[in-house]
Formats: sequence, C-alpha cells, structure tokens
Amino acid sequence: MARKLPRKDVAIVGLGWTGSILANELTDEGLDVVAIERGPWRDAPTDFPTTFDQDELRYRIRHDLFLRPEQLTFTFRNKMSEQALPIRDWGAFMPMTGVGGGGVHWNAETFRFLPTDFVLKTHLTQRYGARFLPDDMTIQDFGVTYDDLEPHYDQFEYLCGTSGAAGNLKGQILEGGNPFEGPRSRPYPNPPQAQPFSHTLFSKAARELGYKPFPQPSGNMSQAYMNPLGARLGPCTYCGFCEWFGCGNYSKAAPQTTILPTLVRKSNFSYRAECEVTRINVDRSGKRATGVTYVDASGEEWEQPADLVILAAFTIFNVQLLMMSGIGKPYDPVANEGVIGRNFTHQTISDAIGFFDKDKFNFNPFIASGSIGMCIDEFNGDNFDHGPLGFVGGGYMGQVQTGGRPIENTHVPPGTPKWGAKWKSAVRDNYLSTVTPGTGVHGSFYSYRDVYLDRDPLYQDRFGRALMRMTIDFHENEIKQNAYLTDKFAEIIKAMGAKEVEKQPRKAPYDVTKYQTTHLCGGAIMGTDPTTSALNRYLQSWDVSNLFVMGASAFPQNAGYNPTGTVAALAYWSAQAIRTQYLKNPGPLVHA
Amino acid sequence: MREPRMRRSGGAALAAAIFASSLVASSRAQDKVGTSLDPENFDQIERGRYLAIAGDCTSCHTVPGSGQPFAGGRPIETPFGAVVGANITPDSETGIGAWSDETFVQALREGKGHDGELLYPAMPYVYYTKLTEPDALAIRAYLNTVKPVRNAVVSDTLPFPLDIRQGMAAWNALYFASGEFKPDPAKSTEWNRGAYLVEGLGHCGACHTPKSALGGDDPAHAFEGYALQGWFAPNITNDNERGLGGWSVADIAAYLKNGHNPTTASTGIMAEEITLSSSHMSDADLTAIATYLKALPGQTAAPAAAIPASDPEMVAGEAIYADECSACHGSDGKGVAYLFPSLAGSSNVRSADPTSLIRIVIEGARSVATAGEPTGPGMPSFAWKLSDDQAAAVLTYIRNAWGATSPAVGASQVSQGRKRASTASGR
Amino acid sequence: MRLHRRELLGGAAFLFIGAAAGARAQWLPWRPEAGSPPAPFVQGPWIFFEAAEGAAVEAIVDRLIPPDPETPGGKDAGCAIFIDRQLAGPFGRRAGLYLSPPFIKGTKQQGPQDEDGPAQQYRKALAALDQYCKTSKGGVFASLGDADKDAVLSSLENGDAKLDGVDGSAFFELLVKNAQEGFFADPIYGGNRDMCAWRMIGFPGARYDYRDWVHRHNERYPRPPVSLEGRADWNARKT
Repeated sequence: MARKLPRKDVAIVGLGWTGSILANELTDEGLDVVAIERGPWRDAPTDFPTTFDQDELRYRIRHDLFLRPEQLTFTFRNKMSEQALPIRDWGAFMPMTGVGGGGVHWNAETFRFLPTDFVLKTHLTQRYGARFLPDDMTIQDFGVTYDDLEPHYDQFEYLCGTSGAAGNLKGQILEGGNPFEGPRSRPYPNPPQAQPFSHTLFSKAARELGYKPFPQPSGNMSQAYMNPLGARLGPCTYCGFCEWFGCGNYSKAAPQTTILPTLVRKSNFSYRAECEVTRINVDRSGKRATGVTYVDASGEEWEQPADLVILAAFTIFNVQLLMMSGIGKPYDPVANEGVIGRNFTHQTISDAIGFFDKDKFNFNPFIASGSIGMCIDEFNGDNFDHGPLGFVGGGYMGQVQTGGRPIENTHVPPGTPKWGAKWKSAVRDNYLSTVTPGTGVHGSFYSYRDVYLDRDPLYQDRFGRALMRMTIDFHENEIKQNAYLTDKFAEIIKAMGAKEVEKQPRKAPYDVTKYQTTHLCGGAIMGTDPTTSALNRYLQSWDVSNLFVMGASAFPQNAGYNPTGTVAALAYWSAQAIRTQYLKNPGPLVHA
Repeated sequence: MREPRMRRSGGAALAAAIFASSLVASSRAQDKVGTSLDPENFDQIERGRYLAIAGDCTSCHTVPGSGQPFAGGRPIETPFGAVVGANITPDSETGIGAWSDETFVQALREGKGHDGELLYPAMPYVYYTKLTEPDALAIRAYLNTVKPVRNAVVSDTLPFPLDIRQGMAAWNALYFASGEFKPDPAKSTEWNRGAYLVEGLGHCGACHTPKSALGGDDPAHAFEGYALQGWFAPNITNDNERGLGGWSVADIAAYLKNGHNPTTASTGIMAEEITLSSSHMSDADLTAIATYLKALPGQTAAPAAAIPASDPEMVAGEAIYADECSACHGSDGKGVAYLFPSLAGSSNVRSADPTSLIRIVIEGARSVATAGEPTGPGMPSFAWKLSDDQAAAVLTYIRNAWGATSPAVGASQVSQGRKRASTASGR
Repeated sequence: MRLHRRELLGGAAFLFIGAAAGARAQWLPWRPEAGSPPAPFVQGPWIFFEAAEGAAVEAIVDRLIPPDPETPGGKDAGCAIFIDRQLAGPFGRRAGLYLSPPFIKGTKQQGPQDEDGPAQQYRKALAALDQYCKTSKGGVFASLGDADKDAVLSSLENGDAKLDGVDGSAFFELLVKNAQEGFFADPIYGGNRDMCAWRMIGFPGARYDYRDWVHRHNERYPRPPVSLEGRADWNARKT
C-alpha cells in the first residue's frame, strides 16, 4: 500500500535533460518541484573520473553506465505476424539510467531540425503530391514551426556552450557553416572544435565534389565556457572516450555540467534518486493527474501528490507510463485508431569504411571527441529533389569518427579472414590508416502504420507489469534512401584518397543486436489533431491537462539529425507555455 | 537564500554613540541575569547577524544537518583532543539565555565562562579580544533572537591533565594578550577594517598561524601556515614564493566570496569557511581583508634547492603528470581558469608542508560550490591508482616544474597521509 | 542523515548550512576516495576453467591470434586468462541481463535467447569440442598440431564441425569476440599483457589529453601506451 507524501506543486518523472530543464524553469517560477529518477546520482569526479573513464570494455562493451535490462527492458519483433521476444542484452540502442540521463553519455551532437522537418507532411505533399508517399507512411506535421522553436534552440545552445559555425545568420548564408540550416538569430556561443586529420581530408574532398562541408555542432567545448547559469565547462581534450562514457573533465555539456549545480542550490527543488515511478495517478474523471506513485530502492511504495506532472523519461518509458496509467487511447494498428504507441521511429544509419595507404596516411583515430565531424547536408530532409529517386527523407553525412578504441575500431579490409595471422597483420597494418566514421550516414526514419509500441502479452518486468513491445522494421523508403546516401558518402571517402572503401549500407530487416544510435522517437506524439496525436503543440496531454510529456516521444517522425537539440528546444518551448499561460489559467492550452 | 545588503557602520565612534545607552545599561547591571538588549533594535540585531557570520560562529557551535543553529555539540579536533562547541542559543538552562550581556562579552573577549571558568582557546578568544564592545553586544543581540534549544553540552572532554581548566591561566600568560583592536592612524580605513577582521573576528590565525607545542600562536611567523585536521592551511602573507604574492587584492576577495578565482579553487576546511562565512560577507569587507593580507610582508627565506628535471623522481613524475594530470591541469600546469586550479605559480603547491597536496591526490577533492560559482568541480581520487612512490614522484614533479623549487615529497609522507585518510573516514 | 564524528572533523564531506536556510545540500554529492575503479589484475591459477578447459582455450586463442616475431599471440597476451576472469565474473553469469523465461528461439535479429549464459556455453562447448577433436583428429584440441587446430577452427566457423548439443559456429563467434576483447582491452582485465596489442597497432591507451596533438596532422603520436594501472615509466629508475 503506497504511503502518501506531502504535496508538491510539480512532480517530474526523470532527471535527464528535459527533467533538468523543466525543473530549473519551474523552480524559477517559484514552484515547489520534486524530480524522481530511477537511477543513481552520477557525477564526474566519482562516477566517470579521468582515472578510470578510459575503459572500453567496461563502458562500451559491458554497458556499465546503462540501464540493466534486468531492471527493465522491452520485447521486439519485426512484423506483427511474429512473436516478440525480450531484448535480453542491449544492442540496437542503449537506454540510460541515472541523473543526467542520456546527457551523461551522449556524443553531444547538437543539431537543429530543418524548417521543413516540422511541416513534413504538408511540405512533401505540396512538392511531390500525396501519391508519392507510401500508403502506409503516417508522417505528420509537428504542430510547431522552426520559427516557434528558434529562440529555444538558441537557449539550449547557449546553455551548453555548443561549438559550431553558423551557416545561416538571420537569413544571411555564411561560408563555412551549414547553408541548409534554418536561420539562427545569433552565432554559436563557441567556435568550432579543432578537427583531426581525417576530418579535414573529408572536408577537402567534399568541397572538391561541390558540397559545402561544415563542422558538426558540438556539445564538447572548443574552449573554456561559462553558461548563463554561471556553470563552468572546460575545453575538450579529445580523449576519444565520449559516447557511452561520461566526461571526466567537465568538457561535455550534460545536466551535471550545465544545470544541476544551480538547480541543487534552490530551496524549492528536491529530488529522489533510485526511485522508479510506476504510475501516473489520475482522478476518477480520468482528466486530471493527482501525482505519481513510485517504488524506492528498498521496494517501498510511495505516492507523491502534485498539481502538475511532467513526464521526462526516455521515449519508451514515457509511452509505457501513459499506457500503464490509462492515459490516452492505446494505438491499434489494425483499426488504425488510438494514439499511445503510434508513430514509433528510430534512425537509419550506415557507414563506409575507408582503408588508406599506411605509409602515406596516419589518422591517429584515438584523437577524437564525440561530436568531431565535418558534415554535409546536401542529402538531408528535402534539401534535394527526390522526384527521380523514388523515396523521401535523407540525412547528414560526414566523417564523424568519435574515437579509435581498439576493441571496436580494428577493421580489416573486406575479404580478410576474421582470425589468424592474416587478420592480425591486417589489424596492425590498418589501424592508424583507416577511416571509420561510425554514423557516417545519419538518415531519417519516417513513421509507418505497422511500426509502433504496445504491451507485450507474455513477458513482464520485476513488478509484474507487461514489458513494452516494439514492432519495428525498415520500410523500402528508408532502405532506398540509405542506399542512395551511402553511395554518395562512399564517393567522398574514396575522394579522400582511400585505396579501398567498404560500403556498409543499412539492410532490412531491422536488427535489434546492431547499434544504430539511441534515437528512439515517437509513441506519444505531438500534433494538432487529438485523434492522431497524444499531445498538443505545447506537449500538453490532450487527455490530462495537468500532464506534459517531454522528449523525442513527441516526434511524429524522426528527421535526419540527432534529436537532442530539438528535444531540448521543445522542452524550453513547453516550459515557456506552462510559465506564461498554463500557470495563470490551468487547463487545456489548445482547444482542438 | 539571499543575504540582505550589509552596510558597514561608520566607524568605532559612531558605533559607540549609537550603543552608548546599552553600554551604560550593562555596566550598571553586572549582577543582572539575562540580556538587557532591546529586542526591537533591528539594526543592532542585523549587525550582530552579519558579525556572527563573519566570525563563523556556526562552524563550531552548530552540528551540520541538525537544523538547530548554535545549539552546540559539534566536536572540534585540536592537537590535544576534541573539545565540543557550547550551546549558545538563548535557552536559559542549557544555553546562554541566563548570562548577562557583560558575561557574554567577557567570554568572547577574555575567555572567561559564566562561572568564571577559563575557556579553552579552541574558542578563539585570543582573536575575538580585538572585538569592540558594541560589536560583541551586537552579536549577543543577534544570538538573543535565535531559537532556544534545550541541549546540555558536555564541555569537559579533554583528557587529564588538560581537563583542569585552571591550567589555562598559565597558557594565557604565555599566549594571550587581551585588548580591543586599536586602529593605526597611519594606515587607510580599508587596511584597518581588514586588520580588525583578520586579526579579530575572522580569527584567520587560528588555522593559518604556526603554533608552539602548547598550541599557542608563534607571533614571529604570523599567517605563515599551519597543519591541522589533516590539512595544511597555507601561508597567507604576501610572500611571493609561498604566500599570496602572486594574487591581486581582487583575486583574494573573489576567492573568499566565491571559493574560486582564476587560478585556484577552495576545498577542505576553508571550503566550509567560505560556505558558512566569507561568501556572505560584503565585497567591501572582503576587499579590506585582502588589502590587509597583501600588506603582510613576505619572508626572505631562500627557496629550496632546485631538483633537476633529470632526477629520476622528476622523470617518473613527469610521465605520471603527462598521463594522468594534464587533462585537467594542462601540459603547462596552468589548468583552466575558474575550473581546474593552476599548479604552475601556485603557492599551495610550493608549500613547505605538502599535507594538503597529498590528501587531495589520495582522497580526491570536491571544491566549494557557491552562488557565485555553482559548479564546484571535483578531482578524482588516486588512492587506488598510484603507489606511495608514484604519488610522491608526481608531487615532487609539480613542486619543481614550471620554474618552481620546493622540497621533494617522500613516499613515507604519502603513506602517512593515506593512513590518516582511511582513519578519518572510519575504515 | 547520520553524520559520523570523524567525518565532521575531516571537513568538506557533504556540507549543510545549519544556520541559514535549514539543512540543504549545496552541491552534488561527494565522499573521499569515492568511485568504483576496476579491481587490479591478480596473476594466479584459473578461477573458472578446469585444467583441461584452460589448456583448450589457451590453444584456441593462440590460433585465433597467433604469435609472431613482433607481437605475442593470444596465449602469451593473456587472452585465455582474460576469458577465465570474465567467465568467473558478472559477464559469465549474465549479471544485469533480462533472464526471465520463456526462452524461445527467434530470428537472428531478435538476439540471443539462450537459456545458457557464456559460462555454461563455454563449459559445454569446450567439452564437446575436445570430444569432437578426439573423434575426428585423435586427440583433444590442445594436443593437435597447428594445421589441425586451424582446420578444426575453420570447420567450427563455417558450421561443418558438428559439436554434440552445441551450436559450433555460434560458439566460434563467441570465442573470436572474447579473444579479441581480451587482446585489446585494458591489461587490468588480464589480457593485452604489457599492452602488447596496443603497441602493435599504435593505440596510446588510457590517456585523456590530446590537445597538443589534434593539430598535428599525419604525425606519429610519440608517447608509449599507458593502462589504467600505469606504465613502467611511472616508477623512478633506481641508480
């Protein structure tokens, strides 16, 4: 039986990026806020210090910082006709746990979506006609525009000290930046990072092929920085232990380095770590949340009453809590009705590995940071004419090599045996002269009727709740998109001077054992129509007006960019709506 | 929580005029029980609150986390054993509610307790003697407003023969020069204010002045550094090599206010001082303190002999430094402003006594987080990673790199520091 | 919160303001010597493997990664020791993974659904492998000549070798993966002895600062590798 705690103004589920942003915004408004986080406190000098952070086996191979599947996992199948089986060990994505969430271990690639990404359905229909889109593609407009979000992108970039080169400053296209990006109101807060050798070669080759390469916008500091909250970050030291690792020297933007130092000082903020929220409680009308129930580390159950609930957990966990709490109509793919679980997406990535002459090229691949990259955007979104190509969507591509950690980055040319003397000498001869971009091609993943989340009928978690079931496969559109992009990408790698390029395009079926970013999106999407979305344009639940749901779960489809920048911009946008509209007049902000 | 702006009062004369009536009242009321101060005198109480913060009374008289300010009970480690801070809330039985104002002032400035017993100098009366009577009364006025807490503190905790308080008379004869602060007319108002705070209420010498075997200040070496509670409180004179010679007045004031300045970060006991005391003081007072410290002459001791870079300890130390330290402290030793202390040019690094350095390497460290500098960056622990020899080598290296010359650090010193660390955390 | 007397004496452990706004943490939590560094490697006998299993795995890793004049093979690099320690630890018993039944074999892209974890898989497969070698080659794996060993491994790889009750090619994949992990992981885990694999490829190891090198394009990085346990140069040369 849950014991009831004293009431708070706001209960926030999850203390990652969006939880921290909302907590800071709402405490600034004078509200009494409690954040409840499933995982432990995490901080640089104790949890990922420079003394043992450089451990590929522990952090990348054995997933030490991440959520244990034993604590919570999902089941997976490609098609509705199959039986879903549990993801017993992570592969395709890595859900994080702990204070800071994904902001601790991310690479810190900080992109904005294109203006057309927000009005995708309208735009593609206008340009290519409705029949150009596959019948079962369920893309939608977001309900907000790039212009709505621009000040909030800016806010996040200045919070983080994002290092970059502006490409479009108030409409003026600037050399050296991304000419396709939406207009930004001011330059990045920090200049771009220094690029290692292979990245500069990519940039040169891309330019010679007529593209406009630009440095990837990076949440790794190019120099020491103080953010608007007074937090201090140090210069990135190119250690090459970025994604999957916490940053030991305060040079990666994370909640710990940007928001939490200020947040924990506030007397109207408190937190509970190692407490797992199991339910959002609603009153008998089903239209009002009364708080949340959670289980602490010793298994005790508590009820935290609150006037406002912010759901700020990872994508699938947001959807799971909505479903478990009976909020919103669960999506039925057969009837094509319901909203909770629909429009679930991931990312379509691929690679092309370049093998170079070891006597002429030494790339020192271990000198790297998480968002080191020279990228081109010519093949992202609708930046190119899809008419002759027979697919929609695209992505950025670049030499984005984030490290040379040897367990995963000792590639050998195609045809080399996978073991034995020849393997060994090929490893020796190729390590320093191989270009392994990682997410070389970072493509969009649009939404489909039969790619969705629901509850598994068989497997359960430690509380006896049904695991969430992912039904997900690649559709022909994304496979075609990726094949086209991978070819373009491989051309550039070849033009860098590679003697051999191994293309690794993404192939169906979707494989849950192969890592392909943790950019899971959708399932509790935002929109303008309550029959096809769970949230309105302010991320407010259509059903429960004192519930707001943050995160990439709000994306109706995923664009060809890393989602965090947009996730954070939406969080700030929603916080602004709560502060300036909702609190003055609690209730639905949009009447559909 | 925001501090109200504190305006420094106009000087001793003005203060005397304002509080003349209460002075007269207390001198006529020697036998009176309890306070005679006006509980409605907001100015006096606010002044007292600020002075209590400047004197960091809470540090010894409040158990952290107890939610009971000034209720006493906190053990204070001294070289002779632990003494326990008294209950100075206005509770009439277990606190000081029944004391007369004069008795209170006498405790602060003369080291005499309620029944005439001698206080141990862990209560820093040897410094508080410099307080003016109005200031002492203001502190009393503030303490009168604190919530009374019933908490009978056992004060006699030292072992025989130190528990015989009368013995303190002999100690006082050696080490206690009673008397209010006398401003020096040849110096600026700011210097005088700084002197008043540093030599008096701030009791900086309690930690920073070396002491004799009996625990009394060595006045010939005032503020040249002292080892206590497992740390070395550094030299805070204006000495170029080992003191604050490399810092400006603004650097010192910023350090006291925010715990950080471009070249260093505060940790350890001073971090607590900053949190509870100096971060709440006015910019003018902090500048005054800095002005006074910068005027304290440096020592002319010749630096230690340079250890050549080719020395095997230095070679090993350089290798460790490049592999383990430069990611934060830089290959040039300069760190990152406001984030990672500069080791190059650091008088702390060049301290004669390396106790603090050893402790930080073994335990790691959390620097102070303040409103002005909220990050509070931390350094990891190297206890598991470096042997005693290796820790000694890298410390020797940083003490002799980038133009510095300091005595080497030996493996046995590291070993002692390690033992102390494991004892302190109860392992 | 209980505060031990000695913690109070030590200074800034986890501080609260007593006098001002009530008990309140001012900064992120920290304790002296906090953190969970990896346990240092301890040389010694097999912890998981029986003698015959250890001999078999040593022989296997020495063919997966053969010795050459410049760089030790899998055996001398400690890959078998690495695997032994891994199987004896959380990896072997699948700590933290989702192990609820039922275990139903699915598609390849649904990932492993075995009831057995690595520890059991090695145990069963090594026994089956030696049995197979005795039957087809006249002796256990470790007793065979190099050419025969390689032939057995190849037929495991391509599925020709049928091991009793064991998926031979899946086991072979696991072997290659674990052997290479051991070869390239930090020596603190038992393999990559003296950082021999890192020296082979030119990986500088557990470093954290390349600021002075990011601009130096196409130049060999000069510093030797360092592991989480340090390197020989950290010890002062005694004269």
